[in-house]
Amino acid sequence: MFYEYLIAPFADFGFMRRALVASLALSVGGSAIGVFLILRRMSLMGDALAHSLLPGAAMGFLIGGLSLPAMSLGGFLAGVATALLSGIIARFSSMREDASFAAAYLTAMALGVLIVSLRGSAVDLMNILFGAILAVDEPALILVVSTATVTLIGLAAIYRPLVVECFNPGFLAAMGVRGSLYHYLFLSLAVLNMVAGFQALGTLMALGLILLPAVASSFWAREVWSMSLVAAPMAFTSAAVGLLVSFHAGLPSGPVIVLFASCFFLLSLLFGSRASVRARLSRPVHLRA
Amino acid sequence: MTAALRLTNLTVSYDRHPAVHHVSAEIPAGEMTAIVGPNGAGKSTLLKALLGLAPRVEGRIECTAKRIAYLPQQAEIDRSFPISVLDTVLLGRWSRFGVFGAARPADLDDAWRAIESVGLSGFERRPIDSLSVGQFQRVLFARLLLQDADLVLLDEPFAAIDSKTVADLMVVIRRWREEKRTVVAVLHDFDQVRRDFPHALLLARELVDAGPTARVLSSENLLRARAMAEAWDDNAGACDVPMRLSA
Repeated sequence: MFYEYLIAPFADFGFMRRALVASLALSVGGSAIGVFLILRRMSLMGDALAHSLLPGAAMGFLIGGLSLPAMSLGGFLAGVATALLSGIIARFSSMREDASFAAAYLTAMALGVLIVSLRGSAVDLMNILFGAILAVDEPALILVVSTATVTLIGLAAIYRPLVVECFNPGFLAAMGVRGSLYHYLFLSLAVLNMVAGFQALGTLMALGLILLPAVASSFWAREVWSMSLVAAPMAFTSAAVGLLVSFHAGLPSGPVIVLFASCFFLLSLLFGSRASVRARLSRPVHLRA
Repeated sequence: MTAALRLTNLTVSYDRHPAVHHVSAEIPAGEMTAIVGPNGAGKSTLLKALLGLAPRVEGRIECTAKRIAYLPQQAEIDRSFPISVLDTVLLGRWSRFGVFGAARPADLDDAWRAIESVGLSGFERRPIDSLSVGQFQRVLFARLLLQDADLVLLDEPFAAIDSKTVADLMVVIRRWREEKRTVVAVLHDFDQVRRDFPHALLLARELVDAGPTARVLSSENLLRARAMAEAWDDNAGACDVPMRLSA
Protein backbone atom coordinates (compact mmCIF):
# COMPACT_ATOMS: atom_id res chain seq x y z
CA MET A 1 0.00 0.00 0.00
CA PHE A 2 2.63 2.48 1.15
CA TYR A 3 5.08 1.19 -1.43
CA GLU A 4 2.47 1.04 -4.14
CA TYR A 5 1.39 4.64 -3.74
CA LEU A 6 4.57 6.44 -2.75
CA ILE A 7 7.49 4.48 -4.12
CA ALA A 8 6.30 2.41 -7.05
CA PRO A 9 5.62 5.32 -9.41
CA PHE A 10 9.23 6.42 -9.07
CA ALA A 11 10.65 2.88 -9.06
CA ASP A 12 8.72 1.77 -12.10
CA PHE A 13 8.80 4.80 -14.35
CA GLY A 14 11.91 6.56 -15.58
CA PHE A 15 10.03 9.77 -16.36
CA MET A 16 8.79 10.00 -12.79
CA ARG A 17 12.32 9.60 -11.45
CA ARG A 18 13.62 12.30 -13.77
CA ALA A 19 10.75 14.56 -12.80
CA LEU A 20 11.55 14.03 -9.13
CA VAL A 21 15.24 14.85 -9.55
CA ALA A 22 14.38 17.87 -11.69
CA SER A 23 12.04 19.22 -9.06
CA LEU A 24 14.62 18.64 -6.33
CA ALA A 25 17.14 20.72 -8.29
CA LEU A 26 14.56 23.40 -9.09
CA SER A 27 13.55 23.59 -5.44
CA VAL A 28 17.07 24.03 -4.14
CA GLY A 29 18.13 26.77 -6.57
CA GLY A 30 14.76 28.39 -7.15
CA SER A 31 13.74 28.91 -3.55
CA ALA A 32 16.87 30.95 -2.81
CA ILE A 33 16.08 33.09 -5.86
CA GLY A 34 12.53 33.41 -4.60
CA VAL A 35 13.67 34.67 -1.20
CA PHE A 36 15.68 37.44 -2.82
CA LEU A 37 12.82 38.28 -5.17
CA ILE A 38 10.44 38.92 -2.29
CA LEU A 39 13.05 40.75 -0.21
CA ARG A 40 13.69 43.03 -3.17
CA ARG A 41 9.92 43.50 -3.41
CA MET A 42 10.10 42.10 -6.88
CA SER A 43 7.73 39.14 -6.62
CA LEU A 44 5.38 40.54 -9.22
CA MET A 45 8.24 41.71 -11.38
CA GLY A 46 9.52 38.15 -11.26
CA ASP A 47 6.17 37.12 -12.62
CA ALA A 48 6.49 39.64 -15.42
CA LEU A 49 9.98 38.38 -16.10
CA ALA A 50 8.72 34.82 -16.38
CA HIS A 51 6.12 35.88 -18.95
CA SER A 52 8.73 37.70 -20.96
CA LEU A 53 10.50 34.42 -21.74
CA LEU A 54 7.69 33.59 -24.12
CA PRO A 55 8.80 35.35 -27.32
CA GLY A 56 12.33 33.95 -26.98
CA ALA A 57 11.09 30.45 -26.37
CA ALA A 58 8.67 30.85 -29.28
CA MET A 59 11.45 32.08 -31.56
CA GLY A 60 13.52 29.09 -30.54
CA PHE A 61 10.53 26.91 -31.26
CA LEU A 62 10.12 28.49 -34.72
CA ILE A 63 13.75 27.95 -35.58
CA GLY A 64 14.50 24.65 -33.93
CA GLY A 65 11.12 23.04 -33.39
CA LEU A 66 10.48 21.47 -30.00
CA SER A 67 14.20 21.53 -29.24
CA LEU A 68 15.32 22.14 -25.70
CA PRO A 69 18.53 24.10 -26.39
CA ALA A 70 16.89 26.42 -28.93
CA MET A 71 13.89 27.20 -26.75
CA SER A 72 15.90 27.55 -23.56
CA LEU A 73 18.49 29.83 -25.11
CA GLY A 74 15.74 31.89 -26.72
CA GLY A 75 13.86 32.15 -23.46
CA PHE A 76 16.96 33.10 -21.52
CA LEU A 77 17.94 35.81 -24.00
CA ALA A 78 14.41 37.22 -24.08
CA GLY A 79 14.22 37.30 -20.28
CA VAL A 80 17.59 38.99 -19.81
CA ALA A 81 16.81 41.45 -22.62
CA THR A 82 13.52 42.38 -20.94
CA ALA A 83 15.22 42.91 -17.59
CA LEU A 84 18.01 45.00 -19.09
CA LEU A 85 15.69 47.00 -21.30
CA SER A 86 13.31 47.93 -18.51
CA GLY A 87 16.28 48.77 -16.30
CA ILE A 88 17.66 51.08 -18.96
CA ILE A 89 14.27 52.69 -19.57
CA ALA A 90 13.87 53.28 -15.83
CA ARG A 91 17.33 54.80 -15.59
CA PHE A 92 17.01 57.17 -18.52
CA SER A 93 13.51 58.35 -17.82
CA SER A 94 11.68 59.25 -14.67
CA MET A 95 9.71 56.01 -14.94
CA ARG A 96 9.74 53.61 -12.03
CA GLU A 97 11.14 50.18 -12.75
CA ASP A 98 7.87 48.36 -12.10
CA ALA A 99 6.10 50.43 -14.74
CA SER A 100 8.83 49.94 -17.33
CA PHE A 101 8.85 46.23 -16.48
CA ALA A 102 5.14 46.03 -17.15
CA ALA A 103 5.56 47.83 -20.48
CA ALA A 104 8.42 45.55 -21.53
CA TYR A 105 6.85 42.25 -20.54
CA LEU A 106 3.44 43.01 -22.03
CA THR A 107 5.16 43.79 -25.31
CA ALA A 108 7.16 40.58 -25.05
CA MET A 109 4.09 38.52 -24.15
CA ALA A 110 2.14 39.82 -27.15
CA LEU A 111 5.09 39.19 -29.46
CA GLY A 112 5.40 35.67 -28.09
CA VAL A 113 1.78 34.75 -28.63
CA LEU A 114 1.94 36.20 -32.12
CA ILE A 115 5.07 34.22 -32.99
CA VAL A 116 3.63 30.97 -31.69
CA SER A 117 0.46 31.49 -33.69
CA LEU A 118 2.51 31.99 -36.88
CA ARG A 119 3.42 28.35 -36.83
CA GLY A 120 2.44 25.65 -34.47
CA SER A 121 -0.79 24.90 -32.75
CA ALA A 122 -2.58 25.69 -29.55
CA VAL A 123 -1.05 22.52 -28.12
CA ASP A 124 2.45 23.95 -28.54
CA LEU A 125 1.42 27.17 -26.87
CA MET A 126 -0.08 25.22 -23.99
CA ASN A 127 3.17 23.31 -23.70
CA ILE A 128 5.24 26.45 -23.44
CA LEU A 129 2.82 28.11 -21.06
CA PHE A 130 2.21 25.14 -18.82
CA GLY A 131 5.16 22.83 -19.46
CA ALA A 132 5.26 19.09 -19.03
CA ILE A 133 7.31 17.91 -16.12
CA LEU A 134 6.60 14.31 -17.05
CA ALA A 135 8.35 14.90 -20.38
CA VAL A 136 11.61 15.96 -18.78
CA ASP A 137 14.27 14.00 -20.64
CA GLU A 138 17.93 13.62 -19.91
CA PRO A 139 19.17 16.87 -21.56
CA ALA A 140 16.43 18.80 -19.76
CA LEU A 141 17.46 17.19 -16.52
CA ILE A 142 21.07 18.22 -17.09
CA LEU A 143 19.90 21.78 -17.80
CA VAL A 144 17.87 21.92 -14.62
CA VAL A 145 20.61 20.48 -12.42
CA SER A 146 23.29 22.72 -13.94
CA THR A 147 21.02 25.68 -13.36
CA ALA A 148 20.68 24.78 -9.70
CA THR A 149 24.46 24.47 -9.40
CA VAL A 150 25.17 27.75 -11.14
CA THR A 151 22.45 29.46 -9.10
CA LEU A 152 23.79 28.36 -5.73
CA ILE A 153 27.41 29.14 -6.56
CA GLY A 154 26.42 32.43 -8.19
CA LEU A 155 24.24 33.52 -5.28
CA ALA A 156 26.97 32.61 -2.80
CA ALA A 157 29.42 34.72 -4.79
CA ILE A 158 27.23 37.83 -5.03
CA TYR A 159 25.46 37.35 -1.69
CA ARG A 160 27.07 40.30 0.11
CA PRO A 161 26.62 43.03 -2.50
CA LEU A 162 23.14 41.71 -3.28
CA VAL A 163 22.05 41.90 0.36
CA VAL A 164 23.44 45.42 0.72
CA GLU A 165 21.87 46.45 -2.58
CA CYS A 166 18.54 45.30 -1.18
CA PHE A 167 18.49 47.25 2.04
CA ASN A 168 20.96 50.10 1.64
CA PRO A 169 21.89 50.70 -2.03
CA GLY A 170 23.37 54.11 -1.19
CA PHE A 171 26.01 52.51 0.99
CA LEU A 172 27.10 50.25 -1.82
CA ALA A 173 27.33 53.22 -4.17
CA ALA A 174 29.35 55.20 -1.60
CA MET A 175 31.75 52.25 -1.42
CA GLY A 176 32.25 52.61 -5.15
CA VAL A 177 30.50 49.36 -5.99
CA ARG A 178 28.15 49.25 -8.95
CA GLY A 179 25.05 47.81 -7.34
CA SER A 180 23.23 47.57 -10.66
CA LEU A 181 25.81 45.04 -11.86
CA TYR A 182 24.82 42.67 -9.07
CA HIS A 183 21.16 43.47 -9.57
CA TYR A 184 21.40 42.32 -13.18
CA LEU A 185 23.53 39.29 -12.33
CA PHE A 186 20.80 38.31 -9.90
CA LEU A 187 18.08 38.90 -12.47
CA SER A 188 20.02 36.73 -14.94
CA LEU A 189 20.12 33.94 -12.37
CA ALA A 190 16.40 34.40 -11.83
CA VAL A 191 15.76 34.17 -15.58
CA LEU A 192 17.97 31.07 -15.76
CA ASN A 193 15.82 29.39 -13.11
CA MET A 194 12.65 30.33 -14.90
CA VAL A 195 14.05 28.87 -18.13
CA ALA A 196 14.92 25.67 -16.31
CA GLY A 197 11.49 25.69 -14.75
CA PHE A 198 9.51 26.36 -17.89
CA GLN A 199 10.60 23.07 -19.46
CA ALA A 200 9.10 21.30 -16.53
CA LEU A 201 6.33 23.56 -15.31
CA GLY A 202 5.79 26.07 -18.10
CA THR A 203 6.42 29.81 -18.05
CA LEU A 204 3.22 30.46 -16.14
CA MET A 205 3.81 27.87 -13.43
CA ALA A 206 7.60 27.96 -13.03
CA LEU A 207 7.47 30.94 -10.75
CA GLY A 208 5.05 29.18 -8.43
CA LEU A 209 7.71 26.80 -7.23
CA ILE A 210 10.18 29.69 -6.90
CA LEU A 211 8.01 32.24 -5.13
CA LEU A 212 5.38 30.43 -3.05
CA PRO A 213 7.83 28.56 -0.77
CA ALA A 214 9.85 31.75 -0.38
CA VAL A 215 6.78 33.70 0.68
CA ALA A 216 5.82 30.86 3.03
CA SER A 217 9.30 30.83 4.55
CA SER A 218 8.97 34.45 5.66
CA PHE A 219 6.45 33.21 8.26
CA TRP A 220 9.12 30.97 9.82
CA ALA A 221 12.55 32.52 9.44
CA ARG A 222 13.95 36.02 9.65
CA GLU A 223 17.26 35.97 7.84
CA VAL A 224 18.04 35.53 4.18
CA TRP A 225 19.91 32.25 4.55
CA SER A 226 17.47 30.70 7.02
CA MET A 227 14.53 31.67 4.83
CA SER A 228 16.17 29.86 1.92
CA LEU A 229 16.79 26.82 4.12
CA VAL A 230 13.12 26.71 5.08
CA ALA A 231 11.86 27.38 1.56
CA ALA A 232 13.80 24.64 -0.27
CA PRO A 233 12.31 21.62 1.56
CA MET A 234 8.83 23.11 1.21
CA ALA A 235 9.37 23.49 -2.53
CA PHE A 236 10.66 19.96 -2.87
CA THR A 237 7.88 18.44 -0.79
CA SER A 238 5.23 20.22 -2.86
CA ALA A 239 6.92 18.97 -6.01
CA ALA A 240 7.17 15.36 -4.81
CA VAL A 241 3.64 15.23 -3.44
CA GLY A 242 2.34 17.08 -6.48
CA LEU A 243 3.99 14.57 -8.80
CA LEU A 244 2.47 11.62 -6.96
CA VAL A 245 -1.01 13.12 -6.84
CA SER A 246 -0.92 14.09 -10.49
CA PHE A 247 0.30 10.59 -11.34
CA HIS A 248 -2.41 8.76 -9.43
CA ALA A 249 -5.23 11.14 -10.29
CA GLY A 250 -4.22 11.68 -13.89
CA LEU A 251 -3.98 15.46 -13.45
CA PRO A 252 -1.51 17.85 -15.12
CA SER A 253 1.53 17.95 -12.86
CA GLY A 254 2.46 21.67 -13.09
CA PRO A 255 -0.69 23.14 -11.55
CA VAL A 256 -0.93 20.36 -8.96
CA ILE A 257 2.65 21.03 -7.80
CA VAL A 258 2.03 24.77 -7.58
CA LEU A 259 -1.22 24.18 -5.68
CA PHE A 260 0.66 22.12 -3.12
CA ALA A 261 3.13 24.98 -2.79
CA SER A 262 0.12 27.21 -2.18
CA CYS A 263 -0.96 24.83 0.59
CA PHE A 264 2.41 25.40 2.25
CA PHE A 265 1.87 29.12 1.92
CA LEU A 266 -1.59 28.87 3.49
CA LEU A 267 -0.40 26.66 6.33
CA SER A 268 2.50 29.01 7.03
CA LEU A 269 0.20 32.02 6.90
CA LEU A 270 -2.06 30.35 9.47
CA PHE A 271 0.43 28.59 11.72
CA GLY A 272 3.86 30.13 11.06
CA SER A 273 6.01 31.14 13.99
CA ARG A 274 6.11 34.85 13.16
CA ALA A 275 3.58 37.36 11.83
CA SER A 276 1.15 34.53 11.13
CA VAL A 277 -2.55 34.41 11.95
CA ARG A 278 -1.85 32.07 14.86
CA ALA A 279 0.84 34.34 16.24
CA ARG A 280 -1.56 37.25 15.98
CA LEU A 281 -4.51 35.52 17.64
CA SER A 282 -2.76 33.57 20.35
CA ARG A 283 -0.88 36.24 22.16
CA PRO A 284 -2.26 35.74 25.66
CA VAL A 285 -0.28 38.28 27.70
CA HIS A 286 2.14 40.94 26.65
CA LEU A 287 5.67 40.80 27.98
CA ARG A 288 7.06 42.96 30.72
CA ALA A 289 9.17 45.12 28.36
CA MET B 1 44.19 76.00 8.41
CA THR B 2 44.21 73.33 5.74
CA ALA B 3 41.07 72.43 3.84
CA ALA B 4 39.71 68.91 3.76
CA LEU B 5 37.38 69.90 0.97
CA ARG B 6 37.62 72.70 -1.52
CA LEU B 7 34.59 73.39 -3.70
CA THR B 8 35.12 75.63 -6.69
CA ASN B 9 32.09 76.96 -8.53
CA LEU B 10 30.18 73.76 -7.85
CA THR B 11 26.83 73.30 -9.58
CA VAL B 12 24.77 70.14 -9.18
CA SER B 13 21.55 69.84 -11.12
CA TYR B 14 18.61 67.51 -11.54
CA ASP B 15 16.94 67.74 -14.92
CA ARG B 16 19.01 70.88 -15.66
CA HIS B 17 17.56 72.66 -12.61
CA PRO B 18 20.41 73.40 -10.22
CA ALA B 19 20.00 72.12 -6.66
CA VAL B 20 23.41 73.51 -5.74
CA HIS B 21 24.35 76.60 -7.71
CA HIS B 22 27.84 78.04 -8.19
CA VAL B 23 29.06 77.23 -4.71
CA SER B 24 32.66 77.93 -3.80
CA ALA B 25 33.75 77.14 -0.26
CA GLU B 26 36.33 75.42 1.87
CA ILE B 27 35.73 72.96 4.65
CA PRO B 28 38.53 72.90 7.22
CA ALA B 29 40.33 69.65 7.93
CA GLY B 30 40.03 68.02 11.35
CA GLU B 31 37.11 70.27 12.30
CA MET B 32 33.38 69.98 12.76
CA THR B 33 31.38 71.82 10.12
CA ALA B 34 27.62 72.08 9.99
CA ILE B 35 25.76 72.50 6.73
CA VAL B 36 22.56 74.43 7.36
CA GLY B 37 19.82 75.88 5.23
CA PRO B 38 16.11 75.59 4.51
CA ASN B 39 14.54 72.46 3.04
CA GLY B 40 15.36 72.13 -0.62
CA ALA B 41 18.52 74.20 -0.19
CA GLY B 42 20.70 71.47 -1.70
CA LYS B 43 22.32 70.23 1.51
CA SER B 44 21.84 66.53 0.87
CA THR B 45 22.64 67.04 -2.80
CA LEU B 46 25.92 68.67 -1.82
CA LEU B 47 26.85 65.61 0.26
CA LYS B 48 25.87 63.30 -2.58
CA ALA B 49 28.06 65.29 -4.94
CA LEU B 50 31.00 64.96 -2.54
CA LEU B 51 30.48 61.20 -2.63
CA GLY B 52 30.26 61.14 -6.39
CA LEU B 53 26.63 60.01 -6.27
CA ALA B 54 24.99 63.07 -7.81
CA PRO B 55 23.81 62.79 -11.40
CA ARG B 56 25.32 65.92 -12.92
CA VAL B 57 28.12 67.85 -11.33
CA GLU B 58 29.89 70.89 -12.80
CA GLY B 59 32.72 72.80 -11.21
CA ARG B 60 35.44 71.28 -9.09
CA ILE B 61 35.63 69.32 -5.86
CA GLU B 62 39.07 68.85 -4.34
CA CYS B 63 39.17 66.40 -1.48
CA THR B 64 42.24 65.51 0.55
CA ALA B 65 40.51 62.75 2.48
CA LYS B 66 41.50 59.23 1.61
CA ARG B 67 38.52 57.53 3.09
CA ILE B 68 35.02 58.97 3.31
CA ALA B 69 32.24 57.62 5.50
CA TYR B 70 28.63 58.63 4.89
CA LEU B 71 25.54 58.50 7.05
CA PRO B 72 22.47 58.53 4.79
CA GLN B 73 19.05 59.76 5.80
CA GLN B 74 17.19 56.83 7.28
CA ALA B 75 14.52 56.98 4.61
CA GLU B 76 17.10 55.67 2.15
CA ILE B 77 17.40 52.39 4.04
CA ASP B 78 14.91 49.53 3.98
CA ARG B 79 14.71 48.91 7.71
CA SER B 80 12.39 45.93 7.31
CA PHE B 81 15.16 43.93 5.64
CA PRO B 82 16.10 40.81 7.60
CA ILE B 83 19.70 41.51 8.63
CA SER B 84 21.24 41.54 12.09
CA VAL B 85 22.75 44.50 13.90
CA LEU B 86 26.18 42.85 13.88
CA ASP B 87 26.14 42.22 10.13
CA THR B 88 25.03 45.79 9.45
CA VAL B 89 27.83 47.22 11.56
CA LEU B 90 30.39 44.85 10.08
CA LEU B 91 29.67 46.32 6.65
CA GLY B 92 31.68 49.32 7.82
CA ARG B 93 34.76 47.27 7.05
CA TRP B 94 33.76 47.02 3.41
CA SER B 95 36.89 48.78 2.23
CA ARG B 96 38.91 45.99 3.80
CA PHE B 97 37.04 42.91 2.63
CA GLY B 98 35.20 44.29 -0.41
CA VAL B 99 32.73 42.19 -2.33
CA PHE B 100 34.37 38.79 -1.95
CA GLY B 101 36.81 38.97 0.98
CA ALA B 102 36.16 37.46 4.38
CA ALA B 103 35.77 39.45 7.58
CA ARG B 104 38.63 38.69 9.96
CA PRO B 105 38.21 37.98 13.66
CA ALA B 106 39.73 41.40 14.33
CA ASP B 107 36.96 43.03 12.28
CA LEU B 108 34.40 41.17 14.33
CA ASP B 109 36.00 42.30 17.57
CA ASP B 110 35.96 45.87 16.31
CA ALA B 111 32.30 45.54 15.39
CA TRP B 112 31.41 44.30 18.90
CA ARG B 113 33.39 47.16 20.40
CA ALA B 114 31.73 49.72 18.12
CA ILE B 115 28.29 48.42 19.08
CA GLU B 116 29.26 48.70 22.72
CA SER B 117 30.52 52.26 22.31
CA VAL B 118 27.22 53.44 20.83
CA GLY B 119 25.44 51.88 23.79
CA LEU B 120 23.82 48.91 22.07
CA SER B 121 25.49 46.01 23.86
CA GLY B 122 23.26 42.97 23.83
CA PHE B 123 21.62 43.96 20.54
CA GLU B 124 24.24 42.28 18.32
CA ARG B 125 22.03 39.45 17.11
CA ARG B 126 18.80 41.41 16.87
CA PRO B 127 17.32 41.96 13.43
CA ILE B 128 17.30 45.63 12.49
CA ASP B 129 13.52 45.66 11.97
CA SER B 130 13.07 45.30 15.74
CA LEU B 131 14.93 48.54 16.52
CA SER B 132 13.56 51.99 17.14
CA VAL B 133 14.63 54.92 14.97
CA GLY B 134 17.08 56.07 17.63
CA GLN B 135 18.54 52.60 18.13
CA PHE B 136 18.94 52.17 14.40
CA GLN B 137 20.75 55.50 14.20
CA ARG B 138 23.16 54.15 16.82
CA VAL B 139 23.71 51.11 14.59
CA LEU B 140 24.58 53.35 11.67
CA PHE B 141 27.00 55.30 13.87
CA ALA B 142 28.67 52.04 14.86
CA ARG B 143 29.06 51.26 11.18
CA LEU B 144 30.64 54.70 10.66
CA LEU B 145 33.06 53.93 13.50
CA LEU B 146 34.20 50.81 11.71
CA GLN B 147 34.78 52.72 8.49
CA ASP B 148 37.70 54.50 10.11
CA ALA B 149 37.34 57.43 7.70
CA ASP B 150 39.20 60.72 7.78
CA LEU B 151 36.13 62.52 6.41
CA VAL B 152 32.71 61.74 7.91
CA LEU B 153 29.61 63.06 6.16
CA LEU B 154 26.39 62.99 8.19
CA ASP B 155 23.06 63.70 6.51
CA GLU B 156 20.58 64.86 9.16
CA PRO B 157 22.02 62.59 11.86
CA PHE B 158 19.57 63.82 14.49
CA ALA B 159 16.29 63.99 12.59
CA ALA B 160 13.56 62.41 14.75
CA ILE B 161 16.09 61.41 17.42
CA ASP B 162 15.51 62.00 21.15
CA SER B 163 17.83 64.19 23.23
CA LYS B 164 19.48 61.31 25.11
CA THR B 165 20.48 59.64 21.85
CA VAL B 166 21.64 62.96 20.41
CA ALA B 167 23.84 63.49 23.46
CA ASP B 168 25.32 59.99 23.18
CA LEU B 169 25.99 60.34 19.48
CA MET B 170 27.52 63.79 19.96
CA VAL B 171 30.07 62.10 22.21
CA VAL B 172 31.02 59.88 19.28
CA ILE B 173 31.25 62.88 16.95
CA ARG B 174 33.44 64.85 19.38
CA ARG B 175 35.73 61.86 19.66
CA TRP B 176 36.13 61.92 15.90
CA ARG B 177 37.23 65.53 16.16
CA GLU B 178 39.77 64.63 18.84
CA GLU B 179 41.09 62.02 16.46
CA LYS B 180 41.57 64.80 13.86
CA ARG B 181 38.87 63.51 11.57
CA THR B 182 36.83 65.99 9.53
CA VAL B 183 33.11 65.92 10.31
CA VAL B 184 30.51 67.52 8.05
CA ALA B 185 26.92 67.30 9.24
CA VAL B 186 23.66 68.52 7.73
CA LEU B 187 21.68 69.93 10.65
CA HIS B 188 18.49 71.87 11.29
CA ASP B 189 18.82 72.72 14.97
CA PHE B 190 20.56 76.13 15.04
CA ASP B 191 21.03 76.03 18.82
CA GLN B 192 22.89 72.77 18.52
CA VAL B 193 25.00 74.09 15.64
CA ARG B 194 25.95 77.18 17.65
CA ARG B 195 26.77 75.04 20.66
CA ASP B 196 28.68 72.15 19.08
CA PHE B 197 29.87 73.11 15.62
CA PRO B 198 32.54 75.80 15.35
CA HIS B 199 32.18 76.04 11.57
CA ALA B 200 29.11 76.36 9.42
CA LEU B 201 28.13 76.58 5.80
CA LEU B 202 24.79 78.23 5.06
CA LEU B 203 23.27 77.06 1.84
CA ALA B 204 20.17 78.23 0.00
CA ARG B 205 20.93 76.59 -3.33
CA GLU B 206 23.58 79.27 -3.59
CA LEU B 207 26.12 79.81 -0.86
CA VAL B 208 24.98 82.41 1.65
CA ASP B 209 28.06 82.28 3.85
CA ALA B 210 30.69 79.87 5.14
CA GLY B 211 33.04 80.29 8.06
CA PRO B 212 32.84 80.60 11.86
CA THR B 213 29.38 79.64 13.06
CA ALA B 214 28.71 82.86 15.00
CA ARG B 215 29.17 84.91 11.84
CA VAL B 216 27.45 82.53 9.41
CA LEU B 217 24.31 82.14 11.53
CA SER B 218 23.70 85.86 11.87
CA SER B 219 20.09 86.97 11.60
CA GLU B 220 20.72 88.80 8.31
CA ASN B 221 22.19 85.67 6.77
CA LEU B 222 19.32 83.49 7.97
CA LEU B 223 16.83 86.00 6.60
CA ARG B 224 18.56 85.99 3.24
CA ALA B 225 18.60 82.21 3.17
CA ARG B 226 14.87 82.07 3.88
CA ALA B 227 14.12 84.60 1.17
CA MET B 228 15.72 82.59 -1.58
CA ALA B 229 12.99 80.83 -3.49
CA GLU B 230 12.48 77.20 -2.60
CA ALA B 231 10.80 76.07 -5.79
CA TRP B 232 12.64 76.15 -9.03
CA ASP B 233 11.19 78.08 -11.92
CA ASP B 234 9.70 75.81 -14.57
CA ASN B 235 10.50 78.34 -17.26
CA ALA B 236 13.98 79.30 -16.10
CA GLY B 237 16.30 80.20 -18.92
CA ALA B 238 19.87 79.03 -19.25
CA CYS B 239 22.15 80.24 -16.47
CA ASP B 240 24.53 82.95 -17.65
CA VAL B 241 27.00 82.85 -14.77
CA PRO B 242 30.25 81.70 -16.35
CA MET B 243 31.44 78.27 -15.25
CA ARG B 244 35.03 79.48 -15.25
CA LEU B 245 35.51 82.21 -12.71
CA SER B 246 38.78 84.03 -12.87
CA ALA B 247 40.37 83.08 -9.60
